[in-house]
Amino acid sequence: MTRRVAITGIGVVAPGGVGVKEFWSLLTDGRTATRRITLFDPSPFRSQVAAEVDFEPAALGLGPQEIRRMDRAAQLAVVAAREAVAGSGLDVAGTRPHRVGVSLGSAVGATIGLEDEYRVVSDNGKLRLVDHRYAQPHLYDYYVPSSFAAEVAWTVGAEGPATVVSTGCTSGIDSVGYGCELIREGSADVMIAGATDAPISPMSAAAFDAIKATTPHNDDPEHASRPFDARRKGFVLGEGAAVFVLEEIEHAKKRGAHVYAEIVGFASRCNAFHMTGLRADGREMAEAIRIALREARLDGTEIGYINAHGSGTKQNDRHETAAFKRSLGEHAYRTPVSSIKSMVGHSLGAIGSIEIAASALAIEHGVVPPTANLHNPDPECDLDYVPLVAREHRPHVVLTVGSGFGGFQSAMLLADHERVRR
Amino acid sequence: MTAPAPLTATPARTATAVVTGIGVIAPTGTGTEAYWSATLDGRGAIAAIGRFDASGYPATLAGEVPGFAASEHLPGRLIPQTDRTTQMSLAATSWALADAEITPSELDEFGMGVVTAATAGGFEFGHYELEKLCGRGNKHVSAYQSIAWFYAVNTGQISIHNGMRGPSGVLVSDHAGGLDAVAHARRQIRKGSDLIVSGGVDGAVCSWGLVAQWAAGTLSESRDPSGAYLPFDLAASGYVPGEGGAILIVENAASAVRRRAPRIYGVIAGYASTFDPREGSGRAPGLRRAIELGLADAGIGPGDVDVVFADAFGTPELDRIEVDAIACVFAAYGVPVTAPKTMTGRLFGGGAALDIAAALLSIRDGVIPPTVNVDLAPGYPIDLVAGSARTATVRTALVLARGHRGFNSVAVIRSPEAIAA
Repeated sequence: MTRRVAITGIGVVAPGGVGVKEFWSLLTDGRTATRRITLFDPSPFRSQVAAEVDFEPAALGLGPQEIRRMDRAAQLAVVAAREAVAGSGLDVAGTRPHRVGVSLGSAVGATIGLEDEYRVVSDNGKLRLVDHRYAQPHLYDYYVPSSFAAEVAWTVGAEGPATVVSTGCTSGIDSVGYGCELIREGSADVMIAGATDAPISPMSAAAFDAIKATTPHNDDPEHASRPFDARRKGFVLGEGAAVFVLEEIEHAKKRGAHVYAEIVGFASRCNAFHMTGLRADGREMAEAIRIALREARLDGTEIGYINAHGSGTKQNDRHETAAFKRSLGEHAYRTPVSSIKSMVGHSLGAIGSIEIAASALAIEHGVVPPTANLHNPDPECDLDYVPLVAREHRPHVVLTVGSGFGGFQSAMLLADHERVRR
Repeated sequence: MTAPAPLTATPARTATAVVTGIGVIAPTGTGTEAYWSATLDGRGAIAAIGRFDASGYPATLAGEVPGFAASEHLPGRLIPQTDRTTQMSLAATSWALADAEITPSELDEFGMGVVTAATAGGFEFGHYELEKLCGRGNKHVSAYQSIAWFYAVNTGQISIHNGMRGPSGVLVSDHAGGLDAVAHARRQIRKGSDLIVSGGVDGAVCSWGLVAQWAAGTLSESRDPSGAYLPFDLAASGYVPGEGGAILIVENAASAVRRRAPRIYGVIAGYASTFDPREGSGRAPGLRRAIELGLADAGIGPGDVDVVFADAFGTPELDRIEVDAIACVFAAYGVPVTAPKTMTGRLFGGGAALDIAAALLSIRDGVIPPTVNVDLAPGYPIDLVAGSARTATVRTALVLARGHRGFNSVAVIRSPEAIAA
């Protein structure tokens, strides 16, 4: 008996709004949520823009102890997980808690919490031997980000397999892929899977400045993230979380759950080339796409929309354009491709899950989000990137991809449950 | 639109995952045989921290890897780009590959992947970059910061330096992660990979790392190296942190045989993972269930297990939970239990991988390594292998690992003969 995986709940906390509804309206309006950084004073930095979440944890139901205990990234994840579970109608306690697991992605863990704590215990970098008397008791939960999976498990009542998947900027695809694998092999019936990151901090900004990875378009923050545009100069840092209720299909049907989409294929590959560099030919991403298609038993021509990594660095945009052509041939030219990073920025490990949410919603609503700010296409990027305006188009199969430091390339396929899997 | 055929189980999904190579870098020994002979002799390596002055902290001890010089093992250009744990993981990977007699360039590049456990990434590297950021300003942060400190660094660097283009993975489940990584390696073998480099090398021996570890309230504050980490002892008062771990070459058994691998140490025969109910729920902790599920996954019963490598957290509460789980599944005094990590301290993401290495070597040599320094507390009905190693036929070992906040993972490691029978 083959076990299939359905998405039956979605929770999103993204720049521009908290909740799936706000998120989808931002994307389909083609609005951007990038702005001059407010979370810290960005003036000493090369890149001063980011896509920030206006996040009021107390207003969203987090208690004072939860707020004290959790790093911002954990808070984002918990809020997203609660929305996903509430929307799915799943009663974890009434299910079997030990058949419900957690798989949460994060590239940089509690980077803000660690940086803030470090400033205190080191007295702003003065003490090489940091002063333990100023450490707060939750510092260990910042030190090891598996605490994020623990928080989500507690908030939903899961007692099955739990972990954090941390493969840099592909974490958000890989964590959902990990959740799917656990359901398929029978280790769980439900996985609360997704990803979170809250990297907008001086250290992240300094580290990305140092390699000129982030954009210096500080004069026009709202239009700073420009994937596939000839004038793009790097990515815009973002933050956020997306969490899903992944459910074995029969389990979902039995309780009459709404199925947004099925996850039908997943693969990750390494480029084994460079920690930050990409080879122009897109070979390893193409291989990940090919293996994901094989797992899904789908032909590339059935893909109706590609949710691109589209980070807005020259090397990425060309790399993945080559990967789509290499894996899909002529069909790549006929398929709408878009990057929501143009609107919500690049939230490192979280964005893969946020993009899976956009992919599932595209299937659900029959609308493909646009690539904002794409006025002057890079001549080397010659696919249909859905510039500026969302498009009425009902894809039955969506490909979403990610690419990250470490050389990781991941691909995932979602399919319309009603049309493809009947 | 054609309706795709449903996924069906392919033969690869039931492929056997075996370990054909081991690379150990531990406080008790650099290299498998050095580690193993110290371990069988019960020679502990917990000592006052030497790499920085820890005398002013409540916790002053650690298991440090002695004499590791990165320049002897890595190209010079890599050294300023990497944390010590990454350097150690690259060295351990080379040793594991050599042990398995694998030259990666001779194998299918997409057939080889990397899945490691992490807890803190290149934390010491990150410490000194934070120091520059706060003390000298953002322009002083290294161009390598973005790639040197994050949790995926070891997997990324291992794949790059060995030309491995297959599946990648990085799992963070505190001290339980080493088992989750090896189980995920097995999953990738079942999905069709030939070989996965797995395990973990972890730790953060710098003042910032020590303080972060101490903050959880579970480090021992004893200053006596032989009296600080005493799991299952009445005097248990926490653990001692360490650095290091093990890298394992996990292979598809069929492809290992095909390429005439020099040896098969053992089989990754079973695995399970659970998460504890939240505090105050009144529900039972998840370790016992993880053990039962792990044995079921391996298709064996408690009577088949020859030794348990305990998690041995070293606090009375967690020790009691572990003893109860073991005694419940195996009956009182029903199976030998050991914790060689009493010699190294707890190695975070590296510890459980090192325990798998120890289990494989126990199977190879027919000997159970000892738990040192511990006087078993009365009321703990387990057969603890304390003091000195014990000769025993070991065909099946159970490895337990737990992480802060409630992660429980177990792995069943079996000899190839046990599987054949």
